[in-house]
Amino acid sequence: MSTLPEGRLESRLPDKGPLYTRGEAVTEANRCIYCVDAPCQDACPTGIDIPTFIHKIATDNVRGAARTIFHDNLLGYSCARVCPVEVLCAGSCVYNHWGRAPIEIGRLQRYATEAALAKDADLLKRTKKAPTGKKIACVGAGPASLAAAGHLALDGHSVTILEKRAYPGGLNTTGVAPYKLHAEDSLREVEMILALGDITLETGVEVTAERARALLDEYDAVFIGIGLGPDSFLGLEGPGVVGATAFIERLKLDPATSLDGVRTALVVGGGNTAIDVARELAQLGVPDVAMVYRKGADVMSGYAHEMAGARKDGVRLIEHRQPIGVEVRGEQLQGLKVVATDRGDNDEVTPEVIGADLIALAVGQSRLTALAAAFDGVALDDRGRVQVDAETNRTGNPKVYAGGDCVNGGKEVVNAAQHGKLAARAITQSFGSDD
Amino acid sequence: MADLSVDFCGVKSPNPFWLASAPPTNTGDQVKRAFDAGWGGAVWKTLGNPIVNVSSRFGGVDYGSTKLMGLNNIELITDRPLEVNLREMADVKKHYPDHVLVASLMVDTEAEWREIIKKVEDVGSDLIELNFGCPHGMCERGMGSAVGAEPEVLKTIVGWVMDAANIPVIVKLTPNVGDITEPAAAAYEAGADAVSLINTVKSIVGVDLDRMVPLPVVGDGSSNGGYCGPAVKPIALHLLGQTARVFPKPISGIGGIGTWRDAAEFMALGSTSVQVCTAVMHYGYRIVEDMIEGLNDFLDDKGYASAMDLVGKASPAYKEWGELDLNYHVVADISPESCIGCQLCVVACLDGSHQCIHVPGMDDEEKRRRGYVAFPDASEIPDRPVTAPGGTPGARVPFVHEEECVGCNLCQLVCPVEGTITMVEKRKGPSRVSWNDRAAQGTDWAPGGLEATKKARGLPE
Repeated sequence: MSTLPEGRLESRLPDKGPLYTRGEAVTEANRCIYCVDAPCQDACPTGIDIPTFIHKIATDNVRGAARTIFHDNLLGYSCARVCPVEVLCAGSCVYNHWGRAPIEIGRLQRYATEAALAKDADLLKRTKKAPTGKKIACVGAGPASLAAAGHLALDGHSVTILEKRAYPGGLNTTGVAPYKLHAEDSLREVEMILALGDITLETGVEVTAERARALLDEYDAVFIGIGLGPDSFLGLEGPGVVGATAFIERLKLDPATSLDGVRTALVVGGGNTAIDVARELAQLGVPDVAMVYRKGADVMSGYAHEMAGARKDGVRLIEHRQPIGVEVRGEQLQGLKVVATDRGDNDEVTPEVIGADLIALAVGQSRLTALAAAFDGVALDDRGRVQVDAETNRTGNPKVYAGGDCVNGGKEVVNAAQHGKLAARAITQSFGSDD
Repeated sequence: MADLSVDFCGVKSPNPFWLASAPPTNTGDQVKRAFDAGWGGAVWKTLGNPIVNVSSRFGGVDYGSTKLMGLNNIELITDRPLEVNLREMADVKKHYPDHVLVASLMVDTEAEWREIIKKVEDVGSDLIELNFGCPHGMCERGMGSAVGAEPEVLKTIVGWVMDAANIPVIVKLTPNVGDITEPAAAAYEAGADAVSLINTVKSIVGVDLDRMVPLPVVGDGSSNGGYCGPAVKPIALHLLGQTARVFPKPISGIGGIGTWRDAAEFMALGSTSVQVCTAVMHYGYRIVEDMIEGLNDFLDDKGYASAMDLVGKASPAYKEWGELDLNYHVVADISPESCIGCQLCVVACLDGSHQCIHVPGMDDEEKRRRGYVAFPDASEIPDRPVTAPGGTPGARVPFVHEEECVGCNLCQLVCPVEGTITMVEKRKGPSRVSWNDRAAQGTDWAPGGLEATKKARGLPE
């Protein structure tokens, strides 16, 4: 796996929740009341037994804590850092209703996974089952595929991961807000998965329709974890106009990316990607960053806690404005042309221009429908999502499984990890093994 | 993977973790669920003659925001019919033949002992534990700790039991005695195979100041109960260590055990198995998962192939005071990287120890006013601002005046930031020398033991 170049913009943004010391972790763990049938566990898409792992931190059984986490979520390390715990586990903590600060579950999970692996790198490898001789191909090296590959390797199978990009890790590497997880830490987690053994990673590999057919012949099962396609542009192309996910990828990975000269940046959209890119631009020193959203803040799909964070970073929210074009003079971007959406039915439609040096579009991503459909028997729904059985993540082709964003249309890393786990379990079961 | 199984008086247990005789082992259903959770053995709730229980039965001691640091109870032995208990014990043993089933017994007359021993042996018990420890209720009837505190009575009853029993017998000892080795000696002299300790400590956990009734309230009154839980662990470790170094026999350790580390400490001081009650009453049978996993990892880390290898490992290091090395010396070192500037070490040392930790920036007059007697020149005290992440802005890192530091540990114990204060070894001399050595060489006063003290005070010898 290639190493990341120095001088990337993301490196300037510090970690918002640094690794706990042992003392800090034990103190926080002892605040947990060790509930039974705990709401935090119910809120976790992978169902991690959170009270148990926290209890194990409290007893200084940090490897046990990590085992509890990894049992249900092999990507427990990155999830600890990128999960929106405010709306999942920590948001469900009994303390919330009781007027007390919820347990810092994300930071405790980070401590457990990081401290345990530092102490014992072979923690998981020792639990590997005997080789089965079965071969599985995972298309894409994002969280869903990595989780699937890891669980499959632990079950004794050998796995080949095929990745189009130069770096594995999917959105954990290319898209997660740097103050949550830097690309190098995502790659560290990939290394942890690869260290389980019997997993081959091939990067820079484009899976064509022909290759897809060949995979079905060569492998005992195939897992599709291809994520989403390029950013949508809504016809707003122009100089200084970038797709949000592509732009974040450059911030994270490409040292040539610079924000020099950018005084005013606009972000179009009201989802979490929009908030992320706005916060990153503000934190990287762009003096004026505003989000432009066609509806009101009350119906934004982005998390309220993230929007609150964005406001603290100095991001403005311009509500009820629908982009209709970009204003360009010569080859220079002037701004975003918008109309009000909160006007009365009889009000005149008066376009206005909001000045900007940079416009990032976070209005959704296309689907990689052609690639998914290249696998015989794989069906897509009307929104281009791969259709799977909810219990097994099996597609219409009994040899083909799928998970992550290509199935759910774009959710959290933890949802992808759950898909990968369910698929891996179903694949192993399909081989008639005892697990 | 270390071998967690232990051999207790010839009885093999899948791991050293047993449930103590208490409410968690009241019924067959409970014991089965406990075994399913991973417990290696269970000492059944004590069987005996019929009793009735009171309500309420438990009192708790919280410390700060920590619940149940200690638990006190005035519950008696089982209040279920003997035949029901025996039937369920037989059923448990049938379904869990590899788990250890211990019958805890407490009856009165020799005939009763013979009869009940026959019954519990018939249902397949692996071991018998004699409850000579219960310090409430039953002792008023001449049983429980009334027996445990009277070595001669204990010896007689153990003699009856040893005559009747065909399986190994454990005598459960009460801590409510002056010298634990006396009842332990009586038990072993009468032929007991092992002892278990400690039973609960005689206690009153508090008083309801509105009703003017001690806790737990039973209508218009209360009674002293038996104290257990994390608070009693240090007492238990001492009595265990003391017993183990005098009698090299199997011991089942009890008293405040709730984690794998507690268990490892008990085993290091001589327990072969450990018994748990309060932690399960607080959190449920599920805690055993962490105990098994944590102990296994610990044994692997330290290179012990078997849990049995851990038993008694720290016993030789438990010495008399007079044997300790007087040349061993440590001094406190405060890390400027992590000190947050709370100055708790300063006040603890100033008021509670030896006045050797200083806040920078004070002149000599101010130091004297605060209570320092011996201190270095102000120029020798570095003025280090707190720079730790999370430190208090403007605060100063305290300074340890090494010449005055006696190495007591108090500052380290009160410091809220783990790892900030370390005790650095600075020996006073290269050789090992103890008080006993110095007394033997005539360089120090030899106390001469109890005999000399009695003589000096004019007491009968």
